[in-house]
Amino acid sequence: MAEAKHPEDEDGVQIDLISAERMSDKTTMEKIRLILDGVREGKIVILEAGLTPDEESRLIEVTMTEISPDEFNGIEIETYPKSQADDSSLLGRLMGREETKKLTVIGPANQIETLHKDETLISALVSRK
Amino acid sequence: MGLLTDLKDSISRAASTLFSGEDPKRIGIYGPPNAGKTTLANRIARDWTGDAVGPESHIPHETRRARRKENVEIERDGKKVTIDIVDTPGVTTKVDYTEFLEHDMEKDDAVRRSREATEGVAEAMHWLREDVDGVIYVLDSTEDPFTQVNTMLIGIIESQDLPVLILANKIDLEESSVQRIRNAFPQHETTPLSALEGDNMDELYDKIAEYFG
Ligand SMILES: Nc1nc2c(ncn2[C@@H]2O[C@H](COP(=O)(O)OP(=O)(O)O)[C@@H](O)[C@H]2O)c(=O)[nH]1
Ligand SMILES: [Mg+2]
Repeated sequence: MAEAKHPEDEDGVQIDLISAERMSDKTTMEKIRLILDGVREGKIVILEAGLTPDEESRLIEVTMTEISPDEFNGIEIETYPKSQADDSSLLGRLMGREETKKLTVIGPANQIETLHKDETLISALVSRK
Repeated sequence: MGLLTDLKDSISRAASTLFSGEDPKRIGIYGPPNAGKTTLANRIARDWTGDAVGPESHIPHETRRARRKENVEIERDGKKVTIDIVDTPGVTTKVDYTEFLEHDMEKDDAVRRSREATEGVAEAMHWLREDVDGVIYVLDSTEDPFTQVNTMLIGIIESQDLPVLILANKIDLEESSVQRIRNAFPQHETTPLSALEGDNMDELYDKIAEYFG
């Protein structure tokens, strides 16, 4: 990845918006590393297309193994709630396309706080370390 | 390898089919911290086997290691369902040891507790992908069910095609709202319950037999 300026010596919060295309040819572990490496540096990572349930489950598992006192408390993750009207999920899964086209925001648990969230809006407060 | 182990395996498999009819279904009790998972696991275990699974506590992450109670036989209308109950730590995406300090804990203890908690959650997530046959998802009905963790977990469970029973626990409390949980997960049936008081356990056992039998 092209090295962006390091956020640590800056007086701000870095946000990485990652396109669906950039994620599409990555393996699950590569995606998780990309997310967690960013978040552990204090970045807010925004995914144009979210993760599959299986990837989310592995993200939680890997996050847990990396939590360490006074250093990393884990992540805050937000996506819009799954639309309840959508009953195509089984068919979708059978056809190999999972419903992942949901914007997903992931950040360090100690720096991001969700203020409000509904089906169409996520409002979050991000603070510096 | 193989032959002898295979033989042993097939003998023990044959024996277990012979003696118990069917292998027990492994039912994971999942849900956020403090929802009442251990209270429920203990009540089920006590109702059907006479002893408990593990300690309950108002301090989050009391259950850091998943605990198992095997071969719990539940009888419904003459039908017998045998389940292994796995009580898991509450799933979360973050653990901050300093929160335990508020519960009058020394730093060492708090750090150890949070480390055990993270290991337990990792293990519980792993099992959910590999090792459970069904899920009882426990929610505290006095709390907002629309959290990211609940949405993700239910999504993960659905993607595995596991049968899931959603429980609205703590209906003995005044602020309880079962409807709020029904609204959050309309694609599933929600069973109201008080694991502490033992309210509506009969309906729960009917549902367990129906879903996991
Ligand atoms: N009022 C009420 N409290 C409950 C109920 N079930 C559990 N609790 C309490 O909630 C707290 C957490 O319970 P526990 O079973 O340890 O939750 P877990 O973290 O999900 O395993 C304890 O103080 C329990 O006594 C219930 O049905 N009603
Ligand atoms: Mg517990």
